[in-house]
Amino acid sequence: MAASASTGALRAQRDSATRFEANAATRESAWVKWSVLGVSLTFFVVFLLLPLVAVFFEALRKGMQAYLAALSDSDALAALRLTLLTAFIAVPLNLVFGVAAAWAIAKFDFPGKHILITLIDLPFSVSPVIAGLIYVLVFGAQGWFGSWLAGHDLKIIFAVPGIVLATVFVTFPFVARELIPLMQAQGKEEEEAAIVLGASGFKTFWRVTLPNIKWGLLYGVILCNARAMGEFGAVSVVSGHIRGETNTLPLHVEILYNEYSFAAAFAVASLLALLALFTLAIKSYVESKARTVLVDADHS
Amino acid sequence: MSRTARVLPGFGLSLGYTLAYLSLIVLVPITAVFSKAASLSWPEFWSVVTAPRVLASYRLSFGASLLAAGINTVFGLLLAWALVRYRFPGKKLVDALVDLPFALPTAVAGIALTALYAKNGWLGQYLEPLGIKVAFGPLGVLVALIFIGLPFVVRTVQPILEDLDTEIEEAAATLGARRWQTFHRVVLPILLPALMTGFALAFARAVGEYGSVIFIAGNIPMVSEITPLMIVTKLEQYEYASATAVAVVMLVFSFLLLLAINALQTWTAKRTGRQV
Repeated sequence: MAASASTGALRAQRDSATRFEANAATRESAWVKWSVLGVSLTFFVVFLLLPLVAVFFEALRKGMQAYLAALSDSDALAALRLTLLTAFIAVPLNLVFGVAAAWAIAKFDFPGKHILITLIDLPFSVSPVIAGLIYVLVFGAQGWFGSWLAGHDLKIIFAVPGIVLATVFVTFPFVARELIPLMQAQGKEEEEAAIVLGASGFKTFWRVTLPNIKWGLLYGVILCNARAMGEFGAVSVVSGHIRGETNTLPLHVEILYNEYSFAAAFAVASLLALLALFTLAIKSYVESKARTVLVDADHS
Repeated sequence: MSRTARVLPGFGLSLGYTLAYLSLIVLVPITAVFSKAASLSWPEFWSVVTAPRVLASYRLSFGASLLAAGINTVFGLLLAWALVRYRFPGKKLVDALVDLPFALPTAVAGIALTALYAKNGWLGQYLEPLGIKVAFGPLGVLVALIFIGLPFVVRTVQPILEDLDTEIEEAAATLGARRWQTFHRVVLPILLPALMTGFALAFARAVGEYGSVIFIAGNIPMVSEITPLMIVTKLEQYEYASATAVAVVMLVFSFLLLLAINALQTWTAKRTGRQV
């Protein structure tokens, strides 16, 4: 599967360490073990944990009151609304696409399938800045539809539709790439049996396919949502940065930061960090669920 | 498979929708980049993409991305090894937080790293007296790219390491290999395709990264400007054609890297019998 590791594809969790540590042939000396742990965990703390802690520390540096004031500021609330709206449109669009693409790719054979999978992954290998640029070239004042849009008094670039489009682009593969390998691994026998027994296509999907893919689906949606709410580069190019109108939360963080309102910038950033922690918590939960399913399958 | 042999419904609908949506959102808009760049003559295009300031940005973007991916390959392997092979307190938390760079918005990562490495930051206050200036310079770019790339290596190597049969290492031990020899001659070759895939994924992501870098880089012309920033700078000056020319260079590079990653993943799957 092309590049599926890049979102940390759904894995079944189990602690393999017991198996390796109990076996003399796969065990290192205590000296090696503690060196590896020391080096790798120091790296983890410096590069991953400290930045996360710093967000909350800086956010609360001026006290709880300043923190709450920064969050209840009208521009911050407008940015929050736009971020929620953007995710509310982008995620369902890419969810429907992900299910359709996975159904076509996993349940049928057709030529060019491999190329199609690669093309679906394309938005992940394109710089977010270029993701914004392409819509400027299509819908911007100088772009393909620029004069037509201006003539009809429609605005896409430097307005909300452009932000939504850029977000749809950068979150495009998330659901599809979770579902494609999952549904390929599950095969199509169960669905074929349901159809042969007289179930309708819709009923088959609803009663047979969906229960099988629900955890992968949820995981894809959660990741898609996190990226949709957090996207910066692509949205920055198409937004125009109009306060209270075309600013999403990440863009609002940038504005506050560039105005040297550091505590306020980190306060808004802490909301996004909480979203990230929530996403990781759901991911861990889904992985433990997926594990139960796998263990059940092993026993049956 | 012929049409009559298909039992399941919805092939035309789902494939048609997939192709239409893919074309509308991704493929057709991307062609706009190439058609806009074609409005430049070849000498114009060449002078834009080889201007000194742009060349300096390639050196920084590709150099720092390669270095960050290399550092992540080494430490990512160690971290994956620790997570798979050892028991230690707090392991579940570490395992969950490895994905933080996937979930944390890049702008948040950017300002957090800047706060850490600035002159009065938690880490910067110890590094600056030593003459190591991280924030607002090329080293800052490296730090940001290490942050965003780490999970790619860990999450590519970890499943392969988990699936490794203990029998292989037992055989090596029985034949008299020492632990380091077993790692170096037996385990590492098995992990190699996954390590290279993780490296390539981290590298591809780093080259295009924007949000986390621009806050910490300082964005000094010729010194700490990354290539995506060159595109944004040109756009802000309404130089659409030259912005697009630089974008074409990046896009072509990304396509080539995507092909390489696909080949690496096919190799990994062949070598280990599992998809990554």
